Amino acid sequence: MANTAVATGASTRPNYGSMSRDRTWALRWSYFFLVLFAIFFLMPPIYMLITSLKTSAEISAAKNPWFISNPTLQNYIDLLSQNQFLVFFRNSAIVSICVVIITMMISVIAAFALARMKFWGSATLATGVFLTYLIPETLLFIPLFKMFAWVNEVFGVQLMNHWWTMIILYPTLTVPFATWIMIGYFASIPKELDEAALIDGATWMQTLTKIFIPVALPGIIAATIFTFTVAWAQFLYPLAFTTSTSELVLPVGIITTLIKGDVFNWGQIMTGALLGAAPPLIIYAFLMDYYIAGLTAGATKG
Amino acid sequence: MADIAARNPAGHPTQQRSGLHKLMQRKSTIAFLMALPLILLITILVAYPAGYAVYLATLNKGMTRFVGFGNFEFLFGRDTFWLVVYQSCLFAITAVIFKAIIGFVVAHFVHNIPAKGQRKWRGMLLVPWVIPPAMSTLAWLWLFDPSYSALNWLLAIFGIEGIPWTGEAGWARFSVILVNVWIGSPFFMIMYLAALKSVPEQLYEAASIDGATWWQRIWYVTLPMMRNIIAITALFSLIVTFANFDIVRVLTAGGPLNSTHIFGTWAFRVGIEGGDIPLGAAVSLFMVPILAVAATFILRDITKRGSEV
Repeated sequence: MANTAVATGASTRPNYGSMSRDRTWALRWSYFFLVLFAIFFLMPPIYMLITSLKTSAEISAAKNPWFISNPTLQNYIDLLSQNQFLVFFRNSAIVSICVVIITMMISVIAAFALARMKFWGSATLATGVFLTYLIPETLLFIPLFKMFAWVNEVFGVQLMNHWWTMIILYPTLTVPFATWIMIGYFASIPKELDEAALIDGATWMQTLTKIFIPVALPGIIAATIFTFTVAWAQFLYPLAFTTSTSELVLPVGIITTLIKGDVFNWGQIMTGALLGAAPPLIIYAFLMDYYIAGLTAGATKG
Repeated sequence: MADIAARNPAGHPTQQRSGLHKLMQRKSTIAFLMALPLILLITILVAYPAGYAVYLATLNKGMTRFVGFGNFEFLFGRDTFWLVVYQSCLFAITAVIFKAIIGFVVAHFVHNIPAKGQRKWRGMLLVPWVIPPAMSTLAWLWLFDPSYSALNWLLAIFGIEGIPWTGEAGWARFSVILVNVWIGSPFFMIMYLAALKSVPEQLYEAASIDGATWWQRIWYVTLPMMRNIIAITALFSLIVTFANFDIVRVLTAGGPLNSTHIFGTWAFRVGIEGGDIPLGAAVSLFMVPILAVAATFILRDITKRGSEV
């Protein structure tokens, strides 16, 4: 990639005069449209921020909604001093972190087995993993609802209306994708590396922990970020399976408790939405390259 | 792995044969055990519920009696159902087309600018994809608010009258698609940008020496080179969009008058909120045909590429 960039950079600039003028115009137009698209893409989050800094009186005043005359942090103070909101935040955090740990344990080990230690049916299983990734949660929530009732009848374990149920459910959404990414990363590691380790007498577990995990670390980071983002953002399962306010996770909590009937306290809703969006955004800001690598790996590798 | 198995006996023909045999057996056992949590998870929480949905769909409302295709017949006789079918297809197809176009165009612009600025722009443009959809849809709901709409305020500057974004059926359909396009096109942009970078620069040079216009370069060089990734991203997004829930649920909750319900949200309304689990299961099963077709094409592409490597 770097080679071609260098080669073209050297060849286009000195030779063709008209082409470089074309390029300047293409560049100007590109920047112009990029600014337009950036406005479109960033408008909602910016408007969230603007609204969250306003008082209710200012929000309902009939004047320029894009301008803040008296910025205030009152919405943040109100929300963060509410016990309820902190409970949502805690539920979401525990669920997401547990799901990340469970997902990575299951998928890294399984991906290693599928990519390197072919066994009977492993190719079918790899395809199966990908197929499961394509099965949406909108297809599964109704049968799961019924299955939970059945579990309660037979084993006496109530899965409904508990935030920790999400720790059991979310891996169905994250494990297939994480496994798929990891199969891709593991498959790209040269076979000589693990053959050498095996000949030196390493066990399979040692090969995994001493060679594959360190070498495929970028992939593991990408899968971790992805898993966290999915777990944090999941909306349908908690909406279907939890109802008490103490059991809600953040996205559902904000939507069901801050919207009361027809009364919309938009300042607080936007503050909540922004705080709910913050953890994935912060992680993304710091680990953007891994995030993007993981995103493209899902479709280009394997 | 097959190499080792083949090479080892050649190196030490006599002493290791039985040991190797044992190792092979042990290896596949270990491998199976390592994949076991994955297998259990998929079987119990994905494959079983998916099959169970089919069974549930054949029961009556109280889940006491087998009614065969009764639920499906009931659905076929209801106008709302056909409205949902229409809206689901309209929503998914229109949204995917626009996401693909916008993603393609934006990817080109990002690809055009100098390499050192690309990272910053790419990072900024991917933000909609990173925010949890339920949260960003709330922001859109507020932008679309009937009385305080900040979008209408902007439009008023250009002399355009207030638009009933979520209040009127046609506009509500437009709005849910708009939000979906907003969330999804950054993903297309990233995929297409990665694909654009893999097109060899020499092809463009050859094309411009042959006097190709920019349009011909896109049509005869870029598009054929990116065909695979364009197809797979679009099919993939078709599945996700078709099975969408968050956006419609938060923005319109299916209204006005069920005009924006898609399969996922209507199944939720009927099955969970309406308490008719079998009917909800029947509704959600209608997603399967389209999902299966898209999945087949994706799988074919992946196995094809797998065999090329």
